[in-house]
Amino acid sequence: MDYATVLQILDSAVRLMTPLLLACLAGLYSERAGVFDIGLEGKMLMAAFSAAATAAITGSVWLGLLAGVLAAVGMSLIHGLAAITFRGNQLISGVAINFLASGLTVLLGQSWFGLGGRTPSLEGAARFGSITLPGAEALRGIPVLGPFYAEVVSGHTALVYVAALLVPGTWWLLYRTRFGLRLRAVGENPASVDTAGVSVPRLRWAAVAICGVLTGLAGAYLATGLSAGFVKEMTAGRGYIALAALIFANWLPWRALGATFLFGLMEAVANRYPEIDLGPVTIPSMVMSALPYLLTVIILAGFIGRATPPRAGGEPYVKER
Amino acid sequence: MTRLPRWADLVLVPLISLALAFAISALVILSIGQNPIEALRVMVTGALGSSYGWGYTLYYATNFIFTGLAVAVAAHAGLFNIGAEGQASLGGLGVALVALSLPWPHWGVALSAAMVGAALFGAMWAFVPAILQAKRGSHIVITTIMFNFLAAALLNWLLVNVLRPVGSMDPASARFPEGTQLPRVTDMAAAMGIEWGKSTPANISFLIALAACLLVWLLIWRTPLGYEIRAFGRSERAARYAGIRPTRIIVIAMMISGGLAGMMAINNVMGEAGRLLLNSAEGAGFIGIAVALMGRNHPVGIVLAALLFGFLYQGGAELALWTSIPRELIVVIQALVILFTGALDNMVRMPLNRLFGAR
Repeated sequence: MDYATVLQILDSAVRLMTPLLLACLAGLYSERAGVFDIGLEGKMLMAAFSAAATAAITGSVWLGLLAGVLAAVGMSLIHGLAAITFRGNQLISGVAINFLASGLTVLLGQSWFGLGGRTPSLEGAARFGSITLPGAEALRGIPVLGPFYAEVVSGHTALVYVAALLVPGTWWLLYRTRFGLRLRAVGENPASVDTAGVSVPRLRWAAVAICGVLTGLAGAYLATGLSAGFVKEMTAGRGYIALAALIFANWLPWRALGATFLFGLMEAVANRYPEIDLGPVTIPSMVMSALPYLLTVIILAGFIGRATPPRAGGEPYVKER
Repeated sequence: MTRLPRWADLVLVPLISLALAFAISALVILSIGQNPIEALRVMVTGALGSSYGWGYTLYYATNFIFTGLAVAVAAHAGLFNIGAEGQASLGGLGVALVALSLPWPHWGVALSAAMVGAALFGAMWAFVPAILQAKRGSHIVITTIMFNFLAAALLNWLLVNVLRPVGSMDPASARFPEGTQLPRVTDMAAAMGIEWGKSTPANISFLIALAACLLVWLLIWRTPLGYEIRAFGRSERAARYAGIRPTRIIVIAMMISGGLAGMMAINNVMGEAGRLLLNSAEGAGFIGIAVALMGRNHPVGIVLAALLFGFLYQGGAELALWTSIPRELIVVIQALVILFTGALDNMVRMPLNRLFGAR
């Protein structure tokens, strides 16, 4: 394997990592505030469809992005209503959201476009173009680092850089602002936040809304950045992998970057080498695609490191009377 | 919050939730420019208007009874089993291994052996998440989701590389031998002198599903184990004080749950396809969640809910055949049923509480 191949794999790992990272950070906000969200998959799917459909009709990727975000926030509102206002079961609500998205996207797609659940292929301004970072071509001559900068760091769509910037952004918000402190507290011990006179529901609603915006970006990137249009079930379990990455990252922003990069890298390697020949044994592609799930189970079992979810996660908060 | 009379809790709340789910489904149909009443007519005649339609409705209902019971047994122990899909696929593997291993002399023998195989494989697939929850505190919801994906990958690999007969391009097992064919409802009706339309996949598994309902009812409400399961599900701490061992209950409840989910395979794999196909469970494991929620985790409710979803499934297929409404409509209806009966329960209950409390 030569250096050019390594760069190509890393480049595609960054592309594949982006929707996972956005969804993972989305889950991080929600779960840090004490609202479990297994509906990441559905929100992404709904956003991907809305973004692709809007971009296909209007020809503008930015309107598509807006529609994607709005759709995912809409799904978040359902989740918030069930989890916060009506104190329902958050897991069941998440399952429902996944099904709702899976059904609605095909139903609406088929009746609007008649392409069996696909949207028309997106071209030109209806897709995100890649951005060449300053000096990418000029620095290409520098050995090792030059090509790395030009191939892996430069040449992605805007959302890739947004996702990357969101990592330090999230860290700063959570650990350096009052809002972040309260957000974390509401996921650990909502009663203490309540005692301090801060509204628990309001904080949780804010977290759920942020989660909607980020899953919206993730879905929009999937349909208008990574591919050129929406295909039925195109999230293909990415919402669950993002959830796995969140556990892997132990609900910490910087580790989320590492975990999603690892999963993106695995997907990139599996795409490039369907079967990996290790001499005596050949690893079939199914093993590679199952690896993130297997890793999650092993982590959950505490064999690699302890996963400590926010303590009040999954429980509706009932104010004492 | 428990001021509602029993009948309102058991009948009124689910009915209102269901009505809300259907009302929104009707809006969805309207929004894609179709007529909901016409859609309902096509569904009813397609699923219930003929013995042929009934045959399919019963066939789907059989699947959903098994997975609904599976989700319900786990729910009684306070465990949310999202893994019925994977457990049902593994059950299919168990059925296939049994059916292909011997030349079976009679379907009755083959069925008994296949039931054991299906339940065993389904239970084993539930065992790992159960033991991880009990011993290491891993969240069962996440592990069962992961095990669904792992089951899919495992079966994919097995069907492509191991079970596929030589020379076949299909990722499917060999056809099961003649002696494993289950009697269909058509044959059973003919034996009793009743004419039952064209051949449909509904088969003797439906009766086994009903028997399973009875056994689950006996287990949950009439045995000490069932008492322990319910006590544990209500309050883990109280159960612990009462000397109920959490590990034992979690593992047993999950293995019964997985076994029931696996048993579904005698209907779809053995009764219908006659060989193991990719994605044989076809989402029935997830529908079990809706069925159990609607049926309030009670076998009678589960049979009714399974029949409703069987109707929706067959009706949805007819809808896709005769109108331009895709069959994904039933996924939307299913999602709304889960949402309203499971997650937005209190939205219906709170105003009802006020209504009944006022009297």
